[in-house]
Amino acid sequence: MNAEELRKDFPILSERINGHRLVYLDNAATSQKPRQVIDAIRRYYEHDNSNVHRGVHTLGSRATEAYEAARERVARFIGARSPQEVVFTRGTTESLNMIAHGYARAKLGEGDEIVLPPSEHHSNLIPWQQAARATGATLRYLPLQPDGTIRLEDVEAAVTDRTKIVAIAHVSNVLGTVNPVREIAEIAHRHGAIIVVDGAQSVPHMPTDVVAMDCDFLAFSGHKMLGPTGIGVLYGKAELLAEMEPTYFGGEMIDVVDLYESTWKEAPWKFEGGTPIIAGAIGLAAAMDYLEKVGMAEIERHDAALAAKAVERLAEIDGVTIFGPPPGQSRAGLVTFNLGRVHPHDLATVLDARGVAIRAGHHCAQPLMRLFNVPATARASFYLYNTEEDVDALVDAVLEAKEFFGHAIG
Amino acid sequence: MQLDDLYRQVIMDHYQHPRNRGTLDEGAISVDLRNPSCGDEIHLQLLVDDGIVKDVRFLGSGCSISMASASMMTEAIKGKSIEEAVDLAHAFRAMMRGEDVDLEQMGELEALQGVNKFPARIKCATLAWQALERAASVPTGGHVEEETLGE
Repeated sequence: MNAEELRKDFPILSERINGHRLVYLDNAATSQKPRQVIDAIRRYYEHDNSNVHRGVHTLGSRATEAYEAARERVARFIGARSPQEVVFTRGTTESLNMIAHGYARAKLGEGDEIVLPPSEHHSNLIPWQQAARATGATLRYLPLQPDGTIRLEDVEAAVTDRTKIVAIAHVSNVLGTVNPVREIAEIAHRHGAIIVVDGAQSVPHMPTDVVAMDCDFLAFSGHKMLGPTGIGVLYGKAELLAEMEPTYFGGEMIDVVDLYESTWKEAPWKFEGGTPIIAGAIGLAAAMDYLEKVGMAEIERHDAALAAKAVERLAEIDGVTIFGPPPGQSRAGLVTFNLGRVHPHDLATVLDARGVAIRAGHHCAQPLMRLFNVPATARASFYLYNTEEDVDALVDAVLEAKEFFGHAIG
Repeated sequence: MQLDDLYRQVIMDHYQHPRNRGTLDEGAISVDLRNPSCGDEIHLQLLVDDGIVKDVRFLGSGCSISMASASMMTEAIKGKSIEEAVDLAHAFRAMMRGEDVDLEQMGELEALQGVNKFPARIKCATLAWQALERAASVPTGGHVEEETLGE
């Protein structure tokens, strides 16, 4: 793949930021959108816009076809057995909350355990805290190695017949570690537990095969993978979605409504109460077309190579601390770091003045920040349109920040 | 955008050498405030006697702007009446919104005026001042705990 060529598809990358070329390294927060996605959404609104699943008129049929075709697109992208295993949601957070609400609460009871690492994003942590509080179940945390990895022997020790759910990110949004979800799924299943995988940082950056992974649920967001905001996916094995209760009730999701009780459609439609996110689904399908054309395995290699180079060069700067796997060790396409005592907000402001956009803060992972004993960190995350020139710009800007704060902070 | 507009020397000096950092004994009003979107936090204590801020201390963690602003605030309000301190807090927040304020009243705080050109950093500068406004509404010896700064 040729990142330099791909950049031309992304209009925003020609923005000048504070007089500099935009170096967009906040892809783990959200990705930029190619013209193909923007056009697909505009085309839908200009030619096909209508509500789905109800109109008898021509536009109603076109919109319904496009929306259901998007579902099939997603199913192919993640290797689902059927499009009916794909539920459209607002994003990863909503998907995970729907599982915790509609599935977990009915299954959990006193003495049951939910196993998860302390490095999870708040959206794969708080829903489980809430489910545990509501049912009397308890949370059991997996230990992290100093490099942020999780050892399978620790998973073996933590997962028992009391475990009902294992919740884990495929790729950590802070550490950049790739967790062995397939092996963890095998351990969970041996004990009769299900595994919920947060794919927010993995599905955009590597090939996904839910059957090979054998996950029971997978949640991810469209906006981190070139799609629009406001659309996400909840994948669930057909038999689990059949058991799972809807979270929202109302139009669109019903079968028969009576004065005192009602019945629902089958999955996935029973989970999509109200007018669904039609344009979002169409935009996500266009994003998946784009990504697949480039090639997910190519993208995975590209992002990881840039992150590896960034880690290597940042680690050479005196005063830089790298979190997660050290240089030379495998990691996904992001790097989290700090520069001495320079607060990440100050660092990010100096970088922004040079056109370099990074994330600074707790990354929605406060328990992990406490484990590191830092209030916040800086994070650079890469995607298919980033280049080695972007890594150079990042490193140069960090050196400038060091110079700028050096005299004051030491 | 000029970084020197933001990181004025006096700000860096307060960041590096914070004034009135520490805690006060019992009888002081305490406020804990945090900005959940960035993790900055402050523990502010005021000793108010006869309506006058006799002493003030703070602890906290955050970026240079939030900690320098806290340090500069403690110097600015010590010895003032609680009403004057609240007036100054209102004026400071107006300055952060880019409104015209009496720069003479601001004194050294004028160095923070440049923050208003960095929208993402305004909350950093106002954290300590919001803590002060909360402290002013608490009776002596009272404590506002772990309150979270809203939008």
